[in-house]
Amino acid sequence: MPKTLEIKDLHVSIESKQILKGVNLKVAQGEIHAVMGPNGSGKSTLANTLMGHPKYKVDSGDILVNGESIVGLPPDQRAKKGLFLAFQYPLEISGVPLAQFLRSAYRSVKGEGQQKTETKGVGGEMISALAFKKKLEEKLKEVDLDPSFTKRYLNEGFSGGEKKRAEILQMAILQPAIAIMDETDSGLDIDAVRRVAEVVSRMAGPEMGVLIITHYQRILDYIKPQFVHIMVDGRIFQSGGPELARVLEEKGYEWTEQQTTSTAN
Amino acid sequence: MATKQTLDIDYTKYNFRDADTSYEYKFDKGLTREVVEHISRIKKEPDWMLQFRLRSYEHFTKRPLPAWGGNLNTLKFDDMLYYASPTEKKSRSWDDVPEYIKQTFDKLGIPEAEKKFLGGVGAQYESEVVYHSLRDDLAKKGVIFTDTDTALREYPELFKKYFSTVIPPEDNKFAALNSAVWSGGSFIYIPEGVSVDVPLQAYFRINIQNMGQFERTLIIADKNSRIHYIEGCTAPIYSTDSLHSAVVEIIAKPGAHVRYTTIQNWSNDVYNLVTKRAYAYANATVEWVDGNLGSKLTMKYPSIYLLGQGAKGEILSVAFAGKGQHQDAGGKVVHLAPYTTSRITSKSVSKDGGRTTYRGLLHVAKGAKGVKSSVRCDALLLDEYSRTDTYPYNEINEDDATTSHEATVGKIGEDQLFYLMSRGLSEQDALSMIVMGFMEPFIKELPMEYAIELNRLIQLEMAGSVG
Repeated sequence: MPKTLEIKDLHVSIESKQILKGVNLKVAQGEIHAVMGPNGSGKSTLANTLMGHPKYKVDSGDILVNGESIVGLPPDQRAKKGLFLAFQYPLEISGVPLAQFLRSAYRSVKGEGQQKTETKGVGGEMISALAFKKKLEEKLKEVDLDPSFTKRYLNEGFSGGEKKRAEILQMAILQPAIAIMDETDSGLDIDAVRRVAEVVSRMAGPEMGVLIITHYQRILDYIKPQFVHIMVDGRIFQSGGPELARVLEEKGYEWTEQQTTSTAN
Repeated sequence: MATKQTLDIDYTKYNFRDADTSYEYKFDKGLTREVVEHISRIKKEPDWMLQFRLRSYEHFTKRPLPAWGGNLNTLKFDDMLYYASPTEKKSRSWDDVPEYIKQTFDKLGIPEAEKKFLGGVGAQYESEVVYHSLRDDLAKKGVIFTDTDTALREYPELFKKYFSTVIPPEDNKFAALNSAVWSGGSFIYIPEGVSVDVPLQAYFRINIQNMGQFERTLIIADKNSRIHYIEGCTAPIYSTDSLHSAVVEIIAKPGAHVRYTTIQNWSNDVYNLVTKRAYAYANATVEWVDGNLGSKLTMKYPSIYLLGQGAKGEILSVAFAGKGQHQDAGGKVVHLAPYTTSRITSKSVSKDGGRTTYRGLLHVAKGAKGVKSSVRCDALLLDEYSRTDTYPYNEINEDDATTSHEATVGKIGEDQLFYLMSRGLSEQDALSMIVMGFMEPFIKELPMEYAIELNRLIQLEMAGSVG
C-alpha cells in the first residue's frame, strides 16, 4: 500500500483570520501534484499547516497520513510519519554545521535517537558515522553542492540557490514518503530552477509523493506533475491534468478571478 | 547529539556527597584574625606569608562590599567555613589518595582523563590539594606544576618574586579575602623556550556544606614558552550557600603563549567571586577561555594587561544562567603598550528567569599607539522571564586606536524551532541545538573531551526547558 497524505475540507486561520476555506486534496507515494495559485490564495498556509507550524490553527477538517489524523501532532512527529517540507525561506541556524544537523535529523526521523547511546557501543557509532558520510557525499553530488558546505553552518551565508539546494539535500537524506515543496522555485534564476527541478524529478518515484506549491508554471517544465490543482481564495478552484498548468500559463490568474466572480454571481 | 537518557545519568555525576569524609582539620565557622593565624600555622609558613595574610585580613574587614554587580546581601561571611583539610599529605599516585576522595574523582573521571590526554593533574578537595602529578618528560625540562602551598616551601625565591604581583590584596574585597585565607591552587612555571604540548589540569571540588574554597593559582610562563592550563570545578547541591573565591595570576614573559581554560559547573548555591588577571609582555599572548555554568552568583571578569609592544589578549567568556542564577561576567583589557591587540567575545544564555550580565572594560592608555581591539557580546534569552544586561566601559586615550563593539540580544524564534522540528527534532533537541550553535565559537576552542563534556552540561541545563 502506498503511503498517502489526505486533506479533508481543511479550514485554517491565522490570528482569527480565515485563510483556508475547505481544501480537499489527496497525494499518494509515486504521484506528483502541483498546487498553483496567485499570491494570497493560501498556498503557503497550506504547506505550513500540513507540517504543523504553531501559528496556523486548524478550525475544522482533517489532515490524514495513511488514514490517521495528524492534526495536533507537533512537526517532529509529522516528520517521523514521512512528511517533509522544503521551505520557501529556509532559516539560518548559526553554529550548527550542516553535516551535524543532517545526522541529527536523520537519526531523529529514522528513530535512532530513541536508543540509549550506551547500548550502541563505540564501534557501532563509528560504522554508522562512516556509512552516513558516504550517503551524504552521494547526495551532495546529486544536488550539486560542494562538500565544503557540510562544514558550514546551516544556511548561514548561503545564496538563495544554495539554500534551496540545501533543502533538497535534506529531502534526499531524509527520504520522506510525501515531500511538500513550498515555492522552491521562487527567487531562483531559470538555470537554478532547472537544476533543482531535475534533482527532484530524479528522486520522485514509487517511494515518494511530491506536492509542489508554486506561483509560476516554469518549474513544471522540469518536474512533470500528473495532477494540477488551482487554488484561489483558500479553496481548490479547479483540478486537472498537466494541461491545466498550460491553460493557466496562457490565460493568467485573472482568468480564475473572472471564473470565481462569475460563479459567485 | 546525546540522548536525554544519557543526560539523566550524567546529572547524578556531580550531585553526590561523600558522607564518610573524615577531616584532619575542620575549623569552626566564621573568619577572625585567629583563623588566619591558625591556617598559616598549620601550613608552617614563613613569617612574611603570615604578615601578608594578616595585612590582607585587615583590608578585607575594612573594605566594603562592591556596590555594583550581583546581589551579595545574602552572602554571610560568618556562616562560612574557611579551612577544612581532608588529609595531611598530598599524593603523587592515585593509589595513595584516601579511598573516599579517590572515589569522588573517579566519578568525575579525573584519573581517566589524566591517562588519556593530560600532561599533569592536580586535584583539590576543600582547602587542600590531595593529588598532584606531572609527566616525567615535562619535569625533566624544568616545568614546575605543583600546588601553591608546596611551591611556597620548595621554590621560595621564585614564589616570592611573583606572588601577588599581579593582584595585590588591596585590589578588591574578595582578592583581600583570598589573600588572607588562601589554600591550595596550582603553581606553574614553564622555563624559557619550553612548549608544553598537552594541557595541564586542576580540578576543584567543594564537598561539605558552607565551605569556602580559596585557591590561589600562579602561572609564570618564561620567554617564548607555551602552556595550556585547564581547571574544572564542581560541588554537590546543599540548601545553604558555599563560597568560591579564587585568585588567579598569570605572567606571560616576552613571546610566551598562555591559554587558561575554565569550565565551572558549580551547584546553584555557590557564590563564585573570582579575580583573574594576566600580564602579557612584548609579543606574548594570553587567552582566557572562561565557561560559567551553575553557581548562585558569579562575578568574574578575567583581565589582561598588555604591557609590551605586540602583546595579544583574547577573552572568550560564556555564561549560562538558569533559575535563580546570576552570571555577572565579562572581561577587561588594558592596553598599555603600542601595537597591542585584543578581542573579547562574550556569549550568554538565560532561561527560567536567570540573569546574565556582560561587564567589560577596554582601556587604551596614552602612548599606546596602533592598538586594535574588538568586543562582541551576544546574549540569547530563552523566555520572557529571563534577563540580560550589557555594561561596556571604554576608555580610549589614543586617537589611532581601532576599536569595535558589537552587542546583540536574541530570542529563539518560533520559525527557527519549527524549521528544526520539521526535520524530526523534538522541541527539546531543537532548542538545545540552537543554544549549542550559539555557543559554538566557545565550544570549538575547547579540547575535544571538554567540548563533549560541555555539550552534555548544556543539554542538561536545557533538559526541562520545554514545559
